Amino acid sequence: MANTSVRLLLEPIVDKNPITLQILGICSALAVTTKLAPAITMSIALTAVLVGSSVIISLIRQQMPSSIRIIIQMTIIASLVIVVDQVLQAFAYELSKQLSVFVGLIITNCIVLGRAEAFASKNPPWPSFIDALGHGIGYSLILISVAAIRELLGSGSLLGVPILPLIKEGGWYEPNGLMLLAPGAFFIIGLMIWAIRTWKPDQLEKPEYRIHVVHRTEAQ
Amino acid sequence: MSADSRSQAAGAGLTGLVAWIKAVFRLPNDDPRKTLAVALVLCLACSMVVSATAVSLRPLQERKAALALKSEIVKVAGLGSAEVGLDAAFAQIETRLVDLDSGSFVEGVDVLSYSYRDAAKDSSASTALDDADPAGLSRRPDRMPVYLVRDAGQLETIILPIYGAGLWSTMHGLLALAPDGRTVKSLTFYEQRETAGLGSEVAGESWLSEWPGKVLLDASGEPVIEVVKGTVDASAANAQHRVDGLSGATLTSNGVTNLMRFWLGPQGYGPFLATVSGRERG
Repeated sequence: MANTSVRLLLEPIVDKNPITLQILGICSALAVTTKLAPAITMSIALTAVLVGSSVIISLIRQQMPSSIRIIIQMTIIASLVIVVDQVLQAFAYELSKQLSVFVGLIITNCIVLGRAEAFASKNPPWPSFIDALGHGIGYSLILISVAAIRELLGSGSLLGVPILPLIKEGGWYEPNGLMLLAPGAFFIIGLMIWAIRTWKPDQLEKPEYRIHVVHRTEAQ
Repeated sequence: MSADSRSQAAGAGLTGLVAWIKAVFRLPNDDPRKTLAVALVLCLACSMVVSATAVSLRPLQERKAALALKSEIVKVAGLGSAEVGLDAAFAQIETRLVDLDSGSFVEGVDVLSYSYRDAAKDSSASTALDDADPAGLSRRPDRMPVYLVRDAGQLETIILPIYGAGLWSTMHGLLALAPDGRTVKSLTFYEQRETAGLGSEVAGESWLSEWPGKVLLDASGEPVIEVVKGTVDASAANAQHRVDGLSGATLTSNGVTNLMRFWLGPQGYGPFLATVSGRERG
């Protein structure tokens, strides 16, 4: 039992990472990662919603009519997102303004509904809790590393603290503007996926088709 | 019927209800009655959780929003610095309430607790703008707070709260004017929900830094400021009345033009600015 829990917790961190393996939740991974602080807040918010919704859905899974299963899951997720948004507005006003619509968009984050449907609606509360926590950590890990790279290379700072002195402030670092745009995040996530799949070849996907090479002399 | 037997009947009714609820929940999950019951219970529970959170956190949120507004005012006034605390900096600013139609100060009202947003919803404290509503306000508050910065008694900066419709949202901002009541010293939009990355640049520092030095009114006192499409030709005679548009956000830019013209015009701060700058309107 203890082993299963550890496996459930650790698997989504690298081996089944929601972003780099399952390629879910990319929208927020692009949108809130220009700076580290909003990325950390977003990670906490998503993990809280994910854990909360998984446990609640798991608790009521025996009573859930299958015809309105998805609606029930969405209602619970949406309610939790509103709660998290309200809490952020009350305790982290500045950050909640920076995150603007993206907290609300946790509702549509595939990771949350994906775990609810694939795991929590079929498993008891404790494994669901561990599974949700693992996926939350896996998501947070990627989000925070992408944000750290983007803020460091794009603005020369981490959490707003200058690390690389900028040329316009008398230093030597010319910030890379690409890092602040969405394509910068695509490149970083792409490179991460490449690196992880080189390290763990199990994650490589089988090609869906093979290109048939035809020599020009064979072509009619 | 005696009181005793009535309460007994109520008790029996309650037990019956509980038994009935239990029976509904014992139905197979796919029974339509069970589906309805689960949906109903879930909706009730969720709405209670959401409204309880919203109501219990509202005072805290309002305090945070008021604090954020204070720091915006201090920043736009050019007083913000690390060594002077926020409250000390804010204390240097004189907060007054202005009656927009007459342009004079309203005395004897607690300005700090006055909310122009609440006033705009209150039909006794606001005026409906049926025919002429360029800024999309629908109702204009009759009174607005203004913030004055003085140096040795001499008026230095006039800070006016402004707001109006952009493309998606109502944009709330603060406009700091020189004592002549027409030259911009600083501008900020502290609340907006425009398109992220395009219209949201309305609150970005690079665009807001275009504003200082712009002249909002012409010689006769008419608001002529305009956010143009593209960039302003700096050599043109009217360059001081023109601001570069936000690229990819024409409707947000137009919203800024409209709200500026409204708030500086006769229905906005026009009469107040005429009084405070000691100039006659043409």
